Amino acid sequence: MSGKHDLVLSVNGRDYAVQVEPRRTLVDAIREDCGLTGTHIGCEHGVCGACTVLVDGAPVRSCLMFAVQAAGKAIRTVEGLATGDELSVLQRAFMEHHGLQCGFCTPGFLMLVTGVLEREPDIGDEELIDVLASNLCRCTGYQNIIKAVRAAAQELRTK
Amino acid sequence: MLGEYAAEDGRILAGGQSLVPTMAFRLAKPAHLIDINGIAALEKLNVENGSLSIGACVRHAAFHRPALAGPLGALLTTVVHHIAHYPIRLRGTFCGSLAHADPASEWCLVAATVGADITAISTRGTRTIAAADFFAGIMTTALAEDELLARVNLPVLSRDTRFGFCEFSRRAGDYAIAMTLATLRLEGGAIVDPRVGVGGAEAFPRRIPEAEAALAGRAPNEAVLRAAADAAAHAIDPLEDIQADAAYRRDLVRAMTRRALARACA
Ligand SMILES: Cc1cc2nc3c(=O)[nH]c(=O)nc-3n(C[C@H](O)[C@H](O)[C@H](O)COP(=O)(O)OP(=O)(O)OC[C@H]3O[C@@H](n4cnc5c(N)ncnc54)[C@H](O)[C@@H]3O)c2cc1C
Ligand code: FES
Ligand code: FES
Repeated sequence: MSGKHDLVLSVNGRDYAVQVEPRRTLVDAIREDCGLTGTHIGCEHGVCGACTVLVDGAPVRSCLMFAVQAAGKAIRTVEGLATGDELSVLQRAFMEHHGLQCGFCTPGFLMLVTGVLEREPDIGDEELIDVLASNLCRCTGYQNIIKAVRAAAQELRTK
Repeated sequence: MLGEYAAEDGRILAGGQSLVPTMAFRLAKPAHLIDINGIAALEKLNVENGSLSIGACVRHAAFHRPALAGPLGALLTTVVHHIAHYPIRLRGTFCGSLAHADPASEWCLVAATVGADITAISTRGTRTIAAADFFAGIMTTALAEDELLARVNLPVLSRDTRFGFCEFSRRAGDYAIAMTLATLRLEGGAIVDPRVGVGGAEAFPRRIPEAEAALAGRAPNEAVLRAAADAAAHAIDPLEDIQADAAYRRDLVRAMTRRALARACA
């Protein structure tokens, strides 16, 4: 099965008509074909989580999904988090609590946590820490990411 | 469709959480992929005739909360948190883990320990394979190239069944270097129906009869649990790899077995 497929990817509410080989991963399609480079690529085999995006609300490794599998689904990336110039609660919390240093891992963490807090708003502290172990950060030592995420979870719950 | 493409290196794509990484490394270069995601009939997860039936599209995350009341549901929820990470558990499937048959797969250990029945279908018909006959080696199973693993059935454990699970891995979410799952019942102060499964340590997970024999009919005291753990450590034929040599793996099996048994008897 080779040759290219025509498909429409819906990313952050906008439709992108793309032509991709069946072998193309979703992350490559998002970056190369849709031109949205906020989603990062680290390991390309599921270990680091830099490529995390939401597909129909579920945080997934977009390097482990093929673009053709995401056709017709609602894809959300880091570019879709802010409303105009206003950062999302989680994005703001990352800034306020210094949840990032180099920022390479940040889009992945933001999408992971956005997805988890939408799916499980009452998630416990222990479980939240287990979730954060999904993604790799080489800079922060995680403590400030945990602080940011706790603060955001709290704020979202009282909203 | 699999019947048609299997001969030309056609493969099932389930959660893709093992297949896509192997493709990224060019270790697998399948010519055709048959995506089973979205086939409603394969999403079934229900109890029928005393067993929990898990369809091919049931994800790991289906077990984040107990899928049924009683020890089996609790066991699956305990174990699932050791498999990879949250996003991978939202995609990866129970049946895909069995088909992939990594020596350190937690679900393979569960299947071997509780005695799963594995149903395979192809254009040639349907057959059921007992877990004890299913695993054949590292990432090798009794499935033929043209067979779809349609569902796995796990016997529902009786209310008074106790279980203990213990795993050692380098980092949270990594594959186990060694792990033990134990189930048993206590009757009149004695251990009844003990099952001791070890995974990650050999080419595929299996029950260790020597350890079970050291437990059956005995009181669940420290000396008995230690003897069973020693028996498990002696009985295995340990894998050797970059993470652990044979002696270290034996030691880990001893420790994991002792702790799993202590949890089961607690
Ligand atoms: C970073 C990372 C860490 C991980 N850690 C763990 C871990 O700690 N423990 C663990 O157990 N797993 C771990 N995994 C693997 C994960 O659990 C996979 O989901 C699982 O091994 C395979 O399931 P899948 O549905 O993703 O299968 P796929 O990747 O889609 O398929 C795997 C193989 O099985 C075949 N297959 C799949 N389903 C069927 C079927 N129904 N019938 C016939 N053949 C089929 C495919 O053709 C392929 O050869 C990890 C994965 C990653 C990326
Ligand atoms: S790039 Fe996808 S998990 Fe690392
Ligand atoms: S901030 Fe640099 S990797 Fe996380």
